[in-house]
Amino acid sequence: MSNRRPYVRPMDNWWMRDPFFVRYMAREFTAVFVAAYAVVLLFGLVRLSQGEAAFNGWLQYLKTPWMLVFHVIVLATFIYHTWSWFSIMPKTMPIMFVGGKRVQPGTITGTGIAAAVVACLAVLVIVKGMHP
Amino acid sequence: MADTEKIIEIQVLRYRPEQDKEPVLQSYKVPFTDDMSVLQGLQYIKDYLDGTVSFRWSCRMAICGSCGMMIDGKPKLSCKTFLREYYPAGLRVEALAHFPIERDLMISVEDFVTKLESIKPYIIPKEPRTLEQGEYLQTPQQRDMYEQFSSCINCMLCYSACPQYGLNKEFIGPAILALLHRYNADSRDGGQAERLNSLGHTDEGFWGCTAVTYCSEVCPKGVDPANAINQNKMNSAINYFTRFVAPGGADK
Repeated sequence: MSNRRPYVRPMDNWWMRDPFFVRYMAREFTAVFVAAYAVVLLFGLVRLSQGEAAFNGWLQYLKTPWMLVFHVIVLATFIYHTWSWFSIMPKTMPIMFVGGKRVQPGTITGTGIAAAVVACLAVLVIVKGMHP
Repeated sequence: MADTEKIIEIQVLRYRPEQDKEPVLQSYKVPFTDDMSVLQGLQYIKDYLDGTVSFRWSCRMAICGSCGMMIDGKPKLSCKTFLREYYPAGLRVEALAHFPIERDLMISVEDFVTKLESIKPYIIPKEPRTLEQGEYLQTPQQRDMYEQFSSCINCMLCYSACPQYGLNKEFIGPAILALLHRYNADSRDGGQAERLNSLGHTDEGFWGCTAVTYCSEVCPKGVDPANAINQNKMNSAINYFTRFVAPGGADK
């Protein structure tokens, strides 16, 4: 008869055991804000389909103090979302070679973040162009 | 020119199945010098303080993969971690997380070994060759595609770093999926389909990973299991959507 009695430890609160897990959960949680903002934009699209008055009403609503606070929070989470996902982008890419040399993780992350910054600036320039 | 002897407190998570209902911490005061590893601290305990403390070790130089344990909550090789880093606060050593504790610092490796065998961790030749045909040739770049993933020493630190494995024992886990990729990415290998269809492309395979990426952080050999797993997801997704139209498809 075996005297073995392997002990299985519980997984309660596993994500608080290491700061690495907390950052991971924070990264995953930012997706909730991304989804929430997608709903806000979809709602705007619905109002647009209902005519100019409805759309302008939606625009006015976005300028209320609570919605401005909401935008600041969403902006902060989006920045973290962008940074944290591009940080793990090198993990999701196959091994690549450019000119016989392996592309380094920092290059992949840097390229991703640079692309995000350029896209944001492009949007700002276009919007500014429409409202001189 | 011996160092002045310093004393460090090592707390060991004890579990003796014949007497302990659950693991308990036991504290030892260990004299140490700056060149002593945590493993040497444990060996001191076993030789001079308490012969009943159980732990696994072999090579003392980070190649056998036997002495992995949680050191102050982080999965590390105890031979590659030094006591001086924890002085004067002391340290706590526990059996590797997410595995059942067999006794003290020793875990049960059954699940790991069974899964390791399941991925066929050896080269399955594309076509049989005779000795006269010579060796299988490979360019340096072809070798680079799998070399880092072949550095795995089966120490299982990455499993202790992987909450997905802790939560779901069906998940094949970081090291073994990295080895699956290591053989699949080898230009001499012809076993891709059998490894991917039954294992890699499943929920227990690549898709059980949620890219926590702590596995790559704790790996003592720079294997980067998170990369081995996640770079397969794109192909896996394409396979999922094309299997109904592609001749042979996924059910080959």
